[in-house]
Amino acid sequence: MSVEWPLWEVFIRSQHGLAHKHVGSLHAPDAEMAIRNARDVYTRRNEGVSIWVVRSADVHATSPGAKEPLFEPANDKVYRHPTFFPMPDEVKHL
Amino acid sequence: MATDSDIFDYLLRLGDSDLVLAQRLGEWVGKGPVLEEDIALANVGLDLLGQARLWLSYAGEVEARFRGRGRSEDELAFLRDGAAFRNVQLVEQPNGDYAATMARQLYFDHAHHLLLQGLARSRDERVAAIASKGVKETQYHVERSSDWVVRLGDGTEESHARMQRAIDDLWPYTGELFAADELDAVLADAAIAPDPASLRDAWQAAIAAALDEATLTLPAIGWMHGAHGRDGKHGVHTEHLGHLLAEMQFLQRAYPGAQW
Repeated sequence: MSVEWPLWEVFIRSQHGLAHKHVGSLHAPDAEMAIRNARDVYTRRNEGVSIWVVRSADVHATSPGAKEPLFEPANDKVYRHPTFFPMPDEVKHL
Repeated sequence: MATDSDIFDYLLRLGDSDLVLAQRLGEWVGKGPVLEEDIALANVGLDLLGQARLWLSYAGEVEARFRGRGRSEDELAFLRDGAAFRNVQLVEQPNGDYAATMARQLYFDHAHHLLLQGLARSRDERVAAIASKGVKETQYHVERSSDWVVRLGDGTEESHARMQRAIDDLWPYTGELFAADELDAVLADAAIAPDPASLRDAWQAAIAAALDEATLTLPAIGWMHGAHGRDGKHGVHTEHLGHLLAEMQFLQRAYPGAQW
């Protein structure tokens, strides 16, 4: 193959009601074949009811270098977690 | 009136074509042009193998009804010689390049899909059940092989030329898919299977549409392999089947009854 096919990210919804989840990536010349390939590569064991594919080049991501300014400030804000409410014993499954 | 022996013979035709083509597609594993395609083609092969198992298992049960003892699916697959195989000659043709594999698949998939749709209405409940399950798979096979033929036909100059050559080379093997013989007539009368000749027009229309979209030409070749019943359905095969069986059957022949 002289020209490499573009890369696609694959998202599979495993059940109705759940969100699509990123499962991996693959190469394909266009969206139609990307979906077909995703079906063959990622749903062979009955994993899904719906497939999304997105050109990897179209995914915009945070930079690993920006991890500290982006995420670290949340670390010491414990009051953002609902952990200060006493739970009555009768309440189960919470 | 279709006897059990007739039904057995017919089930072998169904099972053997699936089995031999599954083996051919398996030969691509690890050698596919790209990883995704390697897996996809293996999937199609496994679909066909699954169908072959159902047909051959049922064949063994029917065989027991008139012979006292019926063979298992494994015995039928691994311990019969070439002349006892009833697959069409098309499916035993070598993989060649990807165009040849896809041309073979295009011809077979469309015929297979039409046949299973007919068999899904069979008066034999077991046949109808197996066919109904298979139709969902062959629908996908048809889309896949048509798509590839269009991509390669309407691709580069090189891929177009190769695709046309493959379409022309394999065309003379398509006659057998629709050549009805006495057994076909008996089963059609019993409403167990459709008359293969009745599928021909729909098949040709589908192939013509795919080739048109692919900027390819429908072959004008009139002669067909396997004329006068000297075809795969009657155990007359091309030189390629023996080599395929030698590889497929080696283990059970060398180590009879081996299991893992």
